[in-house]
Amino acid sequence: MKFGVVVFPGSNCDADCYHVIKEVLGQEVDYIWHKEIAVQGYDALILPGGFSYGDYLRTGAIARFSPIMPAVIEFANQGGLIIGICNGFQILLEAGLLPGAMLRNRSLKFICDKVHLQVKRDDTPFTRLLKQDETISIPVAHGEGNYFCDAETLAELQREKRILFTYCSPSGEEDMVFNPNGSIANIAGITNKQGNVLGMMPHPERCSEHILGGTDGYRIFASMLQSWQEVSC
Amino acid sequence: MKELTYREMGLTEEEYGKIKIIMGREPNYLEIGIFSVMWSEHCGYKNSRPLLKTFPTEGPQVIQGPGENAGVVDIGDGQAVVFKIESHNHPSAIEPYQGAATGVGGIVRDIFTMGARPIANLNSLRFGDPGDARVRELLSGVVAGIGDYGNCLGIPTVGGEVYFNQAYQGNPLVNAMCVGLVQTDEIALAVASEVGSTIMIVGAKTGRDGIHGATFASEELSEKSKEKRPSVQVGDPFMEKLLIEACLELIKEDLVAGMQDLGAAGLTSSIAETVSKRGRGVDVDVLKVPRRETNMSAYEVMLSESQERMLIVPRPGTEGRIKEIFDKWGLDAVTIGTVTEGGAFRVMEGNEVMGEVPVMELTEGCPVYVRVAEEPDYYQRCKSYDLAAILDANPQEALEKLLASPNIASKKWIFSQYDYQVMTNTALIPGDGDAAVLRIKGTRKGIALVTDCNSRFVYLDPYRGGMLAVCEAALNLACVGAKPLALTNCLNFGNPEKPNIYWQMKNSIAGMSEAARYLETPVVSGNVSLYNETAQGAIYPTPVVGMVGLLKDIDRRCDMAFKDAGDLIILLGRFRDELGGSEYLSVCHGLETGEVPEVNLEEEKRLIELLQILIQEQLLQSCHDISEGGMMVAAVESAIKGNIGCGVRINTDDGRVDGVLFSEAPGRVVASLKRSNMDRLVQVVIENGVEMRVIGAVGGDSLLCDNNGKEIIRIPVLEASRIWGGAIDCFMK
Repeated sequence: MKFGVVVFPGSNCDADCYHVIKEVLGQEVDYIWHKEIAVQGYDALILPGGFSYGDYLRTGAIARFSPIMPAVIEFANQGGLIIGICNGFQILLEAGLLPGAMLRNRSLKFICDKVHLQVKRDDTPFTRLLKQDETISIPVAHGEGNYFCDAETLAELQREKRILFTYCSPSGEEDMVFNPNGSIANIAGITNKQGNVLGMMPHPERCSEHILGGTDGYRIFASMLQSWQEVSC
Repeated sequence: MKELTYREMGLTEEEYGKIKIIMGREPNYLEIGIFSVMWSEHCGYKNSRPLLKTFPTEGPQVIQGPGENAGVVDIGDGQAVVFKIESHNHPSAIEPYQGAATGVGGIVRDIFTMGARPIANLNSLRFGDPGDARVRELLSGVVAGIGDYGNCLGIPTVGGEVYFNQAYQGNPLVNAMCVGLVQTDEIALAVASEVGSTIMIVGAKTGRDGIHGATFASEELSEKSKEKRPSVQVGDPFMEKLLIEACLELIKEDLVAGMQDLGAAGLTSSIAETVSKRGRGVDVDVLKVPRRETNMSAYEVMLSESQERMLIVPRPGTEGRIKEIFDKWGLDAVTIGTVTEGGAFRVMEGNEVMGEVPVMELTEGCPVYVRVAEEPDYYQRCKSYDLAAILDANPQEALEKLLASPNIASKKWIFSQYDYQVMTNTALIPGDGDAAVLRIKGTRKGIALVTDCNSRFVYLDPYRGGMLAVCEAALNLACVGAKPLALTNCLNFGNPEKPNIYWQMKNSIAGMSEAARYLETPVVSGNVSLYNETAQGAIYPTPVVGMVGLLKDIDRRCDMAFKDAGDLIILLGRFRDELGGSEYLSVCHGLETGEVPEVNLEEEKRLIELLQILIQEQLLQSCHDISEGGMMVAAVESAIKGNIGCGVRINTDDGRVDGVLFSEAPGRVVASLKRSNMDRLVQVVIENGVEMRVIGAVGGDSLLCDNNGKEIIRIPVLEASRIWGGAIDCFMK
């Protein structure tokens, strides 16, 4: 399987994602510079975390105009797997591939911590190696992860089961107390209608090896690999 | 007019006279400006140079000692770590957010200037009483500034220390450390040796910000300091991130003969330092420097401290390729001058010569002052203070007070604003061990990083305090299983022209030197910050140590958390009960006095070596050094981290109860181990000549302490965790 990690000026988790795909998952991976205009030959794309263009205007707001983005949107429309992590999630929102918007964290402070997520579905290309209602442990690091959408969109996300991850306690109990940023309905990650584009604030690439204190994130990348293997066989 | 000019720029009459002799004429405005910044304490180290020369700086592990942008230490396999710590105290006192942010930006540039990829940031912070609104504002601003800058760069902030004391009320300290990783054959130096080489400026455009920042940093703070807010620069971490990537691409393609960042005193000092090393001169044309403001004079261009700029000396014929790389990142790269023979620093505006000074006089010619040192009155008074007259406090109440002290309480409010995991190398995160541990990808190795300085000890006894700062850093590294390699220091003091302050400097530097020599951890880089004074007086002398250690096998590292019920708790090191200079005396008795506990370097060294062996043999479950709050607080912190209780037994035969529980005497750690490992452990401990005693066991859900069989402390772990975990949050809400 061949992954592409899109590099925007200011991306800073690009090398971390590259490392996990290449050294841990053992798959092919390239960096794709944001000035490219094609994404041919890739089976999945990663929009990594960081501060594209410094996030000076609004997170992801400038990156969405990068020359690569039309190709990314086309890739998504054709059913290609895309995972946007942190800043990547923010860019997916700005690009209109996912609904809603990001607000500053409820605390108005950057937060770096380990949180717990409840897995809402295990029948998606991103979660098939996880178990529904399972609690996973994963790091977050962001200043604007307070996901927001209007009531109609939220109802749609819920109806269409597009919320893949919500913040919860270590024992799986959902409550604002365990939500690090104040996001609506404790949302940590959502997909598009077709289910091939995932945006999530937590960083699976930061918990894909034992030495970093956990491997729940690895299971997300491994799910993508297994989904691809099934489709391509 | 002239007198006003040089005095306003921070030069003395004597120094101005010297400049006239060097020049053989009256210098013009630009030339005075150039001399004044280069001869400021910040650039020229004129008050500290003779003292700095006493540091040990050599060892088989040292690839580059002081004199470059940062020190370089060998970690094997053709790899090296590059590191340095630097102050940004004065700017942070005036404008905490930008002051701290640009402090990070500056130290990060020092690291990638050497060709290294920055892989970790640390810091050391001091503030006044957090009960004061202005102090909380400073703390919030500084933490947000450090966080926003480092987070945006994608460099994890993995460690640090924060202390609160009235002595820093109007003059906080913000010291930032950066650590980089480099292949030893890719190290870049800040030199221009070939006559005819071009000089390029790359990165951000030049504005009027920060003019005379270096001079400002070399004065005491006063009411008027607020007027110097324009001397504080504004940071752009996004620009710096692009600059890092572009510069490291140049290194990979071997396009660079020399590289230097533009920090204090901007173009002036970076050019002077780069060409003076090989006795060269330079012609620089200020009209070629890309600007973001109009009508800037040659003086303003040369002295601007606009951030995120670098000076590059390209290998011959590579200017075109360098421009291409910078163009890819959307950055300027412009040739602004040429290296010349003969040693003249000539500033041109087109064809017109605006100023010309002999370059060696700016660097080597900087005046050096050996000041008068005089022992202050307080020294003997504090040292001979009769602590026997102080009543033993109720142990339970004392422990609760200590856990709530912001100097001991959890620093999570602070470090959770820093991204400490980006780059996916952080194997021991802040708060989990005595030092941060990072893996080196592609190897089994790890590096351990720490910053340390107990400035109350340094104040009470600069010599012992200086030794203790080095010893504590080395012991912290050993507690996670690392071998201490080398150190960098940031020497924060008051006004060196005052004999009592110079005495503090001189003695603490002597103490640090002795300890660094004995522990074979040479000083490879550093920074001096003087004139940290306000109308209320000088800060506590604060010579911060940043130390780097090496773990051969990162899988054998140790954190501070107690693990399993039934594990035994031991104290390694001599059983001691001296209370001088302790947090206990300060928090429970309102006293900052007493004799600083004696330091035995041989004991320290033996303990440091022992811990490496024990952790290598996987005999320990946890390890935590005894520092602020003493043995009892060390045990409680390990219990809180492990979310499990513990019982500690003492006997008053050991001394007074408060001394036994809360003494901060050095050279001691609290560790835990499986009972089944006890026999082997005892054998190794005896072989290494270290004292040891079993002080208790892990288990239950409370923190208990018995004295002669009588319970003197009982706190549920959850309650202790709530007090310790919430103290700083309480202040900041």
